[in-house]
Amino acid sequence: MEIKLWLNGKAVRDDVSPDMPLLEFLRKQGMYSVKRGCETSGCGLCSVLVEGKPVLSCTYPLMRADGTHITTLEGLEKEAEEFGAFLADEGADQCGFCNPGFIINVIAMTRELENPDEEDIKEYLAGNLCRCTGFMGQLRAVKKYIEHKRSEGRGE
Amino acid sequence: MNENNAVNRPIRKKDYKALVTGKPVYTDDLAPKDCLVVKLLRSPHAHALIEEIDTDRAMKVPGIEAVFTYKDVPQSRFTLAGQTYPEASPYDRLILENRMRHVGDVAAIVAGENEKAVDRALKLIKVKYKVLTPVLDFRKAKDNEILVHPEDNWKALCPVGADNKRNLCAREESEGGDLEKAFAESDVIVEETYHTKANQQAMMETFRTFSYFDIYNRLTVVSATQITFHVRRILSNALDIPKSQIRVIKPRIGGGFGAKQTAVSEIYPAFVTLKTGKSAKLVFTREETQTASSPRHEMEVRVKIGATKEGKIKAIDLYALSNTGAYGEHGPTTVGLTGHKSIPIYSKAEAFRFTCDVVYTNVMSAGAYRGYGATQGIFAIESAVDELAHRLDMDPAKLREMNITREGDLMPAYFGERANSCALDRCLERVKKMIDWDNKYPRRYMENGKIRSVGLALAMQGSSIAGLDVASVTVKVNDDGFYSLMIGASDMGTGCDTILAQMAADCLMCEPENIVVYGVDTDTSPYDSGSYASSTTYLTGMAVVKTCRSLTEKIKSYGAKLLKCRADEVDFDGERVYMVSEEKSISLKDLANLSMNFNDNALYASEMHTSPISPPPFMAGAAEVEIDPETGKTEVIKYRAVVDCGTVINPNLARVQTEGGIGQGIGMALFEDISYNEKGVSRSNSFMQYRLPTRLDVGDVKVEFESSYEPTGPFGAKSIGEIVINTPPPAIANAVYNAVGVRIRELPISPEKVYMGIIKNED
Repeated sequence: MEIKLWLNGKAVRDDVSPDMPLLEFLRKQGMYSVKRGCETSGCGLCSVLVEGKPVLSCTYPLMRADGTHITTLEGLEKEAEEFGAFLADEGADQCGFCNPGFIINVIAMTRELENPDEEDIKEYLAGNLCRCTGFMGQLRAVKKYIEHKRSEGRGE
Repeated sequence: MNENNAVNRPIRKKDYKALVTGKPVYTDDLAPKDCLVVKLLRSPHAHALIEEIDTDRAMKVPGIEAVFTYKDVPQSRFTLAGQTYPEASPYDRLILENRMRHVGDVAAIVAGENEKAVDRALKLIKVKYKVLTPVLDFRKAKDNEILVHPEDNWKALCPVGADNKRNLCAREESEGGDLEKAFAESDVIVEETYHTKANQQAMMETFRTFSYFDIYNRLTVVSATQITFHVRRILSNALDIPKSQIRVIKPRIGGGFGAKQTAVSEIYPAFVTLKTGKSAKLVFTREETQTASSPRHEMEVRVKIGATKEGKIKAIDLYALSNTGAYGEHGPTTVGLTGHKSIPIYSKAEAFRFTCDVVYTNVMSAGAYRGYGATQGIFAIESAVDELAHRLDMDPAKLREMNITREGDLMPAYFGERANSCALDRCLERVKKMIDWDNKYPRRYMENGKIRSVGLALAMQGSSIAGLDVASVTVKVNDDGFYSLMIGASDMGTGCDTILAQMAADCLMCEPENIVVYGVDTDTSPYDSGSYASSTTYLTGMAVVKTCRSLTEKIKSYGAKLLKCRADEVDFDGERVYMVSEEKSISLKDLANLSMNFNDNALYASEMHTSPISPPPFMAGAAEVEIDPETGKTEVIKYRAVVDCGTVINPNLARVQTEGGIGQGIGMALFEDISYNEKGVSRSNSFMQYRLPTRLDVGDVKVEFESSYEPTGPFGAKSIGEIVINTPPPAIANAVYNAVGVRIRELPISPEKVYMGIIKNED
């Protein structure tokens, strides 16, 4: 059946199988940042934004996304690079496989929460697993990034 | 000229930009879009024989290219273990066979144009199994009348004490000193048995491989692997084709932790490509990765420790029973570390003995997981030492201070090596301060009814496999004087491409940006055993140092030729070759460009390194936990660790290695458990049943370094990758005892076990 949606700002029309999950469609469209770590909504790797809200694309039926605006990391390259530099400064980019889903949620969090503290950050990102870092380096990077955004906001 | 040394600088990983912007750099991103999809039909039985297998209907599904069964594959056995030839792991596998040895063993390979067709075909294969009784209890496996590998063409290449007619994959016995006398002279003896479970490495990228024939009609295999070169041999053995016909490439890989030191997925798409001539891809689901892969060996470790009443440890006797599961990958080798990398933490003991049996059972095959047997042994030894301290009524930290290995000590249980670099005493002292041991030991009662306590553990590991592993490196000078560093070690996210470039930068006196790194492609990379056994920093690092030394001589010699003087009259400072008399000089840039014009001096060097010893890194870890005595739930509040990995090459990457290892260790201590039902079916087949620690479970982790200087390592470095997983299980178990007096000797430390222990103590 036919589907129409906006992928990273561009209109996409495709003939798809009705049981296709969003993840498979996105990779088929060349959005290779979208990774699958499990099949049970348990790892957060496949996170993308639907109408600006994070969803797990591995179990999100494509049909539900009909007519919506989808954002993958490919559509957030500038912000990804900006936060990614903080992550790399901690050595916490590591194998990189969980980075896209994690970074999507970091970006969503900074848009959604005002001045999140450590507990807010951990809570918001709890669904994003990472097996390399033990999470500490990611936390340091997020805190420094938020501080950087704040100082930018203050015009420093 | 490089103003700051690159070594010991926390620089960003060379590949970071691609990794933070989601670039298509992993195996599945790179696979040809029209390649065949490969999937595997897996056995529902733990032990069975295929009596009939009918593939006719499956073959009729539109889009199906091929269905292969045991009738179609070569008949010589091989191992999937990524080890140097001749492998210690037995040759006990075929690509497919009629005997199913665990739930999830492979019964058929299906390849088709798309996933839907392949899924449909899988359902249409009719298999008639003769179901056999499985061996599921590893304590009953040795000399059981049911054999996991009754076949006559099973073979062990190395004398590891294996005997397939006894379900034995290996056995070993070694000892030093007069054990009987040492125990006789001991005032206190602790003898207990500890049980560590199989755990999944659970790297975020599951196993995956694609394959195709290249323009030279050679089988090319791109795979998420830590053992690029070993995969070439494994495929040659399995497919029965010459190694010269195979090329293996490792792209970026999404984590390994040892899982990918076994060629779990490679043989299947490679076989399909070989048979059909078409490109093929296999991506394991998480379920397959949880149930048919290469997890940690489950072990039961019996420890007997004797000490004088003053607390001098006299003797350690350790017996390990290891469960290798259905196949023997890494079975004979992991268990060696269980004794040889735990007993030597206390090498002042006068006598030791280490014995072990490794047995086959009908559960999924085990493999290599970070720590590789040492983790299991250290859980046992470090729990037993705490038990000893309590029996002696001593502070466990004090007992350790009295008995640990110090720099210069001989380590009889570590193959008689001497601890040439060892800051374990400083690690222990510092970690006590970091956790505030003296004020917090053993416990504090909190206002909310919970109990907070602290627990300690020490660890060691090795740095490469002594007298076996090799690493080679090639460096060449390019136009304008930038360098190419070619390595055979597999960066799996840990950052070895970067730290090796840091070392090369210091050797060649340039910035790391002036060095491009390439690896790994078996056709072009220099040979390296692979990224395992904590070998890359130590061994490949030394190969970098040696290669840069040779290259510098070549640069100087060519420079002298251009300056029309003798080689002993010049020196190189990273930017130019100059006469020591300062008469004349030539820049590296000019020299490099001239080398491409009417020149017969190749500015290219390649050296190999190996080591007769495996210098251990050391570590002290301390956990502060909070236990709810009403439920038995244990929560990690703080974890503090101090590591002696010799010189730290990249402080950020070393810290993240340590924090990551501690995170995995906390998972192993508290949650992770591969378990089976009475039919051998896994209860841990997804991330819902097999719970990994999240960022809410690890508490606050802080890591520091106490560096010794290892004289045989590059820039004084030793390894770090594996040791870091070893302290959390015993440190947390010891903290639990310190809180509620319950000794947990079987992982994971679940609320049930703690709560039942509390109840039992009250009785």
